[in-house]
Amino acid sequence: MSAESELDIRWPIGLLFSLMGGMVAIYGLLSSDRTFYRPLDTADTRMINLNLSWGLVMLAFGALMVLGAVRAGRKAARD
Amino acid sequence: MSLHWIDYVVIAIYSAFVLGVGVALKRYMRTSTDFFLSGRRIPAWITGLAFISANLGALEVMGMAASGAKYGMLTAHFYWVGAIPAMIFVGLFMMPFYYGSRARSVPEYLRLRFDEKTRTLNAVTFAFMTILASGINMYAMALVFKLMLGWSMHATIILSAMVVLAYTALGGLTSSIYNEVLQFFLIVFGILPLAILSVSEAGGWSGMATRLPPGFVHTWKGLGSAQNNPMGIEWFGMLMGLGFVLSFGYWCTDFLVVQRAMAAKDMIAAQRTPLIGAIPKMFIPFLIIVPGMAALAIFPREAWLTDGAVNYNLALPLLLARYYPAGMLGVGLTALLASFMSGMAGNVTAFNTVWTYDLYQSHIRPNASDHHYLQMGRIATVVGILASIGAAYVAMSFENVMDYLQLIFSFVNAPLFATFLLGMFWKRATGHGAFIGLLGGTLGAALHHGLVLAANNTPGIKGGWITAVHHYPSDMAQNFWGAIFAWTTCFVLTIVISLVTRPRPESELHGLVYTLTDKPSYGHLALLRRPATLAVIVGIITLALNWIYR
Repeated sequence: MSAESELDIRWPIGLLFSLMGGMVAIYGLLSSDRTFYRPLDTADTRMINLNLSWGLVMLAFGALMVLGAVRAGRKAARD
Repeated sequence: MSLHWIDYVVIAIYSAFVLGVGVALKRYMRTSTDFFLSGRRIPAWITGLAFISANLGALEVMGMAASGAKYGMLTAHFYWVGAIPAMIFVGLFMMPFYYGSRARSVPEYLRLRFDEKTRTLNAVTFAFMTILASGINMYAMALVFKLMLGWSMHATIILSAMVVLAYTALGGLTSSIYNEVLQFFLIVFGILPLAILSVSEAGGWSGMATRLPPGFVHTWKGLGSAQNNPMGIEWFGMLMGLGFVLSFGYWCTDFLVVQRAMAAKDMIAAQRTPLIGAIPKMFIPFLIIVPGMAALAIFPREAWLTDGAVNYNLALPLLLARYYPAGMLGVGLTALLASFMSGMAGNVTAFNTVWTYDLYQSHIRPNASDHHYLQMGRIATVVGILASIGAAYVAMSFENVMDYLQLIFSFVNAPLFATFLLGMFWKRATGHGAFIGLLGGTLGAALHHGLVLAANNTPGIKGGWITAVHHYPSDMAQNFWGAIFAWTTCFVLTIVISLVTRPRPESELHGLVYTLTDKPSYGHLALLRRPATLAVIVGIITLALNWIYR
């Protein structure tokens, strides 16, 4: 990561996506909105909970970024 | 489309984060180099993402989706032909001079290589153009949010300008770059579900192909002649006009993008900046053009009508309304707002640098303290934002004025790359040659525009205002050929004038011209980490994409 003391960009990215993803996922759990979805190779149509599934994807990405920032911070502290 | 509280909360969280980043970065802004060039210490993956993000504005996202619906895969030429080759070139061959000369801006390189008048010409036009672009973006975006959500245009313009002002004045270029990277991920995560859902509903790639007009899923097939494709351009005009003149002119000389690479921590990082940016850039067509095509396959003609005419700009709003429930809608709109604001921030940070270093320091107040220039940079940020707001209101009231100004600037831009190419690779090129070549190229572009007209247009702002002696099959053909014409005029004029004027002694050109510069050494780097290796990989994938979707 950049100059030892500078703000690691993975912090804002990670925290923003964790917060946003987490909120959207919880909202998806509680709301009844479903998105129309037709899987490629089938004729039947399904409804998916986009808020929940994509919210979790964003949460996972955010968590990965935070993890990266924490590790880089520890490494910098050790060196 | 209407928003729920959850959507507003998502937008509010994003705004709070953006401001927080500005506040957190303020304490690192101690010198003017920190403020204008991020202290030259940003790693390549960050400057690389910022390099393409600065260009991935909300208008581009909406416009490329619209173009996907209108022209299909032909639009991908703006990436695979009109961006990647130039990004490889600027990284491998031009960065050694931009970064190596320690110039602090693109106009400053022209000062070092040629002379003050060439720099001033470039700096003045760039400063005007950036403010104008920023204002037009602001206006267009406010219009989009008004049409989609009924937001007040005044409120959108003023509020977003205040947020951008706060974070750029606090954190300078670093703030701008960090927000561009944030925006990049927001665009990816905010738009990707649309791409997946729309393409699968349209029946996948092959299902989509059967529902779209013939040739819609090909990039090269119809380019044998201008009559065979909806863009009305043939392969030569596409390759030379878009692929060479326009694309190299933008990606290799526009300070808005080059500034990101100049902020990199060392020469290798600067070289890798556009090459790393090229990797996601190659795949952006799948993120924003392909959903536009899917939209055309999915929605009936009635859905596209605005006042009785087909309006392809509806592509993205239609998809958002179809697939996104409250919650994800907030994320999608935040992605658009973010790219809109970071586009504005990019313009403003490029403007304040050129104003402070190339105009203020060189013409108004040389030899002041570094602290003075840092303060000037902050003032220029405020003035730049106020001027952008002014430009937005001009665009709102007099649309024609903006069309004329943009036209004039397209004349100014077209010849630029000829000047840089000769400056960097021909030591005999002189300042007089460069200056007259630039003016001549601009004049040539204007003359060309006055003498030609595209099919279905009437003489006037669209061309032919002197007399139409030649007709092009489409606006796009006219643009591409106009650029080729301007570039060639500048190239030839610069060579001729240089040959009859006195060259600068070679001793003054070290680090500025290819043959007189020590090549950066890569011996200490593992093969995979060398810029040339990365360039080869990027080049091969780009060729493969062109081949697969030919």
